[in-house]
Amino acid sequence: MFKYLKQLTSLVAMVAVLFTFTTETMAAKKSKTLKNTQKKGFVRCGVSQGLPGFSNADAAGNWTGVDVDVCRAVAAAVLGDANKVKFTPLSAKERFTALTSGEIDILSRNTTWTLSRDADIGLTFVGVNFYDGQGFMVRKSSGITSTSQFKDGISACTNIGTTTELNMRDFFNSRGISYTPVAFEKADEVVAAYDAGRCDTYTTDKSGLAAQRTKMSNPDEHIVLPETISKEPLGPVVRQGDSVWEDIVRWSLNTMIEAEELGITSANADMMKTSDNPAVKRLVGAEGELGAAFGLDNDWNLRIIKQVGNYGESYKRNIADTGILPDRGPNELWTKGGILYVPPSR
Amino acid sequence: MKLKKILPQVLTLLFIVLIFGFFTMNAQENMDTRGIEFGFGFLKQEASFDIQFSLIDYDGSKSYARAYLVGLLNTLLVSVIGIVLCTILGVIIGVARLSPNYLINRTASVYIEFFRNIPLLLQIFFWYFAALRALPMPEDAPLLLGTSFMTIKGLFTPAPVWNNFDVFLITLIISLIIIFFFNKYAKKKQEEAGIQYPKFLISIGIFILVPALTFIFGGVDLTWSFPELKQLAKTSYTYEGGVGIPPELIALTLALTLYTATFIAENVRAGIQGIGKGQKEAAASIGLTTVQVLKLVIMPQALRIIIPPTTNQYLNLTKNSSLAAAIAYPDLVLVFAGTAMMQTGRAIEIVAITMATYLTISLSISLFMNWYNKSIAIKEK
Repeated sequence: MFKYLKQLTSLVAMVAVLFTFTTETMAAKKSKTLKNTQKKGFVRCGVSQGLPGFSNADAAGNWTGVDVDVCRAVAAAVLGDANKVKFTPLSAKERFTALTSGEIDILSRNTTWTLSRDADIGLTFVGVNFYDGQGFMVRKSSGITSTSQFKDGISACTNIGTTTELNMRDFFNSRGISYTPVAFEKADEVVAAYDAGRCDTYTTDKSGLAAQRTKMSNPDEHIVLPETISKEPLGPVVRQGDSVWEDIVRWSLNTMIEAEELGITSANADMMKTSDNPAVKRLVGAEGELGAAFGLDNDWNLRIIKQVGNYGESYKRNIADTGILPDRGPNELWTKGGILYVPPSR
Repeated sequence: MKLKKILPQVLTLLFIVLIFGFFTMNAQENMDTRGIEFGFGFLKQEASFDIQFSLIDYDGSKSYARAYLVGLLNTLLVSVIGIVLCTILGVIIGVARLSPNYLINRTASVYIEFFRNIPLLLQIFFWYFAALRALPMPEDAPLLLGTSFMTIKGLFTPAPVWNNFDVFLITLIISLIIIFFFNKYAKKKQEEAGIQYPKFLISIGIFILVPALTFIFGGVDLTWSFPELKQLAKTSYTYEGGVGIPPELIALTLALTLYTATFIAENVRAGIQGIGKGQKEAAASIGLTTVQVLKLVIMPQALRIIIPPTTNQYLNLTKNSSLAAAIAYPDLVLVFAGTAMMQTGRAIEIVAITMATYLTISLSISLFMNWYNKSIAIKEK
């Protein structure tokens, strides 16, 4: 009797092993990053050193923000738990090296997608999670209300290692204004120096300006000028050469945006399984086999929506409700006048 | 027997070569799989970013190689100023530490204990942000020495505008040559006939007088361009004309000097204390004055103790200047290993160049100090 039981269990075990082997599929085998992530049990995610609304840690070390949510979505998809993320705060200078050297697997750190970054340095951008543009902040008391009032000799504080430095030069050069760039390695020092009066203006992405303004000693004394001098599509980045991992990150982000478009929220996701709309049913895993190609189960996108929420929820929680940028502007769905548009999940 | 001696060395060498080879192969392989190419061609590309403060002509249309040079010169500038100032301050504090005056030697020790026991980065932040908070805005800045303004945006001083500067420079070099030969002559006279000239005063005289003559005969002309207040916006001002020395350079120099001077002061104290008391007494007994005792007897011997550890401090100061990146002083690390590395993504090449550069600077300082040390060493006959 026991003899048979033993044989039976080993048979079950063998079948189970075989089964997991097949569900692990070719995709998982091909993706070294996915395999390593599942083995480690957490997603390694590079974030900023503290940018409210995008990636910011509270006193207890809990990270929040729209950039953070991308990593959480990936963790929910591949590991089943949005909290299984190890965050690594990186300076603008360190970020790409950290990714290409394999220290992190996703870089979700308000990083601008440009041709040279995508093509040159072993990186692949997977999408855009925030449409931004570079702007200027000045002191209200200066009376400046537009960049057209800038004069020769103006000093501008900013960060090194960003597209900001290049845009700033293009901007001032094209207008023939001579300026003094004061470039710091860390954002905190930029803010402190500008706040103290070292520079006449502080320039970075507008979302960054809005977020950093909340850190000033007196936020009401500063305004962000209306002009936008550049296109800054910010999005998550992965290492070049692992297309399955690249797809997983891309479609985790797309799922969040698509979910908003289809009206699926963290609260109603489970109920949506019985929806009449096939697109909705596909996105919550009630129809189709959307996870198989990635080597994931069929509930991967449902988990993202339930644990992290859709893009709108993430935006509201991190950026709107915190008073950073209550108006979504271009980051509204294409159906509502914005430019957020993702390929369909099918 | 011979094999026993050579074998460990061969093995060590082999080991090092293998390790180095492994790392190179590893890097090569990883770069291949990630589609990163290795090469220095990027140095010729347009840098397309501007730098706050440069000793040579630079703007973003110049190459990365030029940006590297700007960073290197800025590093050398702050290092040279720092080394000169910390040597002066260090010697003063070191001598003060041995002063029989209680107040003076206590003050010196408190200074040393305070500044050498606080991390340098903190001191840099302190001087930078404390200074920024304390300094006046350009429009409120008081006039210093009738010519300059110390503001939150930097120290604005008059800039010299030269006419025939090359003539002036050449006579300056000529005057230095004259001084060199005069000192040689004076030394010979003293050794032969015991005649003493006021060498120092005469040297200074030549150094000032000869170049000054070019103003009368050489067509050299010097005028000053004074900084003038310029309004940028309703409450925003800056200065135009003159030279603007950025507050970042001032804060960095101050922090490096105050920090490194403490170590040099201790070296100086150790050097002086290392000379037997008998030397001083013997020198005094043959009628030398206190200054002469220090200059002719104590210092030449003390220097041999002071120089080697002080070389280390010079090296430290130079390397510590890379902390400039924290406060926006555009040194080699900020400009080249910072912005340039980010814009090009050439991490390995740029870090390698930067490391090689610091190594070269440090070895040059070492070589010079070793040469100096040898030249003052006891020459046994």
